[in-house]
Amino acid sequence: MKEGKEEIELIKEGKRLDGRGFEELRPIKIEVGVLKRADGSCYFELGDNKVIAAVYGPREMHPRHAQDAKMAVVKFRYNMAPFSVDDRKRPGPDRRSVEISKVSREALDPVIMREFYPKTAIEVYVEILQSDAGTRTAGINAASVALADAGIPMKDLVSSVAVGKIDGEVVLDLDAMEDNHGEADMPIAMVARTNTITALQMDGRLTKEEFERGLKLAMSACHQIYELQRTALIDRYSESVEVGGE
Amino acid sequence: MGLEIMDDIRKDYVYDLVKSGQRVDGRGFREYREISVERDVIKRAEGSARVKIGNTEVLVGVKLDPGEPFSDAPDKGVIITNAELVPLASPEFESGPPNENSVQLARVVDRGIRGSEAIDLEKLCIEEGEKVWIVFIDIHVLDNDGNLVDAAALGAIASLLNIRIPNERYGLTGENTLPMRDTPVAVTAVEIDGNILVDPNFNEENAATSRLTVISNADGTLSGMQKSGSGGLKEEEIAEVVEIGIEKAGEIREKYLFS
Repeated sequence: MKEGKEEIELIKEGKRLDGRGFEELRPIKIEVGVLKRADGSCYFELGDNKVIAAVYGPREMHPRHAQDAKMAVVKFRYNMAPFSVDDRKRPGPDRRSVEISKVSREALDPVIMREFYPKTAIEVYVEILQSDAGTRTAGINAASVALADAGIPMKDLVSSVAVGKIDGEVVLDLDAMEDNHGEADMPIAMVARTNTITALQMDGRLTKEEFERGLKLAMSACHQIYELQRTALIDRYSESVEVGGE
Repeated sequence: MGLEIMDDIRKDYVYDLVKSGQRVDGRGFREYREISVERDVIKRAEGSARVKIGNTEVLVGVKLDPGEPFSDAPDKGVIITNAELVPLASPEFESGPPNENSVQLARVVDRGIRGSEAIDLEKLCIEEGEKVWIVFIDIHVLDNDGNLVDAAALGAIASLLNIRIPNERYGLTGENTLPMRDTPVAVTAVEIDGNILVDPNFNEENAATSRLTVISNADGTLSGMQKSGSGGLKEEEIAEVVEIGIEKAGEIREKYLFS
């Protein structure tokens, strides 16, 4: 990762190429309930990432032999639109999306009260419409809000963000340029209320100290994202609650 | 999924034992099962290793083929890592296309090798933009008694340490050796009732809800991590796994890779 990449300077005068500080998130936009047919949905923007999540269920689990007699099975599909990246992505699942789907599902599993709906499936579909690094974290954030929008009982929301290392510095929320030319990338997901980490991946190279600093930075950013997710949900439903009360 | 009935029942047994400070096989929480690494076991492969961790057994073979480089790295070799969970290795494994577990296994091993930059990819260039060596790392699981990641990662780096570049076979000249620049070692632990157990066996993996793999290098830096399972981990638990991971990787490297 080092050689051949030094020519691009990712930090100039203490600022990143897009003008952000080291511990600054990209702008986030959240819309709840954007799809008509899905039981719950969410549109999520993180900088130039545009992601949409839909939730169906709990509904009958197919195939039946994959049912769990004790609890609902969560299905998660992360899918990139062919036009979401510079080089057209061939449609359909590849190894990367299979792994991301697994990691994302396991990021959400701990908060979903699956034991309420034995033998059913709760299906989460995430479509990446435009990608600029950090799509899996945007997908988890969107999915978590969409699950709440679908009325699925949850212990809390899940919030997700990546930290990484560029030009020797640990920074928050890498964009595509930083991800491609950086030294490490570490996406995490967290349950904000209990500070429980539900997803953690790392690639590239970090010292133990950089890892610890990065984890702390990511955890505090998850709290910020959590507030935005909460606000988006409250905004969506505060009006309908008032109407229902009459 | 489809755990055998006895394995499902053993989950409670494992859990209760751990609560009283014990493990099924009498090990300490930070203790590995017995490890063995046998290198160059497959004559046809350019590098190979059979790794046993307790009853878990994994065979890794590395093959090199000339092929086209990626357009964004015309002077660099390519690493392709694949894992097969063949039905021979466990009652849960089924034949068919790779599922999410085999994909994850391969990708985590790949991440460790790549992140550590153990392979000098520029040395694998035959003709810039035209031809480079493709390094295929194939992980063949033979017996699954848990902790496949550590066994597969150890098998991969052990195979790579002895690799020979098959120049003659393709009418090429050049160095036949490829010295590794680093030795990434994976260490996996599970969390059960707030306890961290290193090198989980099959029953412990089933009883646990969270598993964390930490891959570290000779200088103690980290070059890959992966949490899996449907549970969560606390910051302190992660820190504990990282600390044990670096320590255990050092021991394993010393004992099984440089001997």
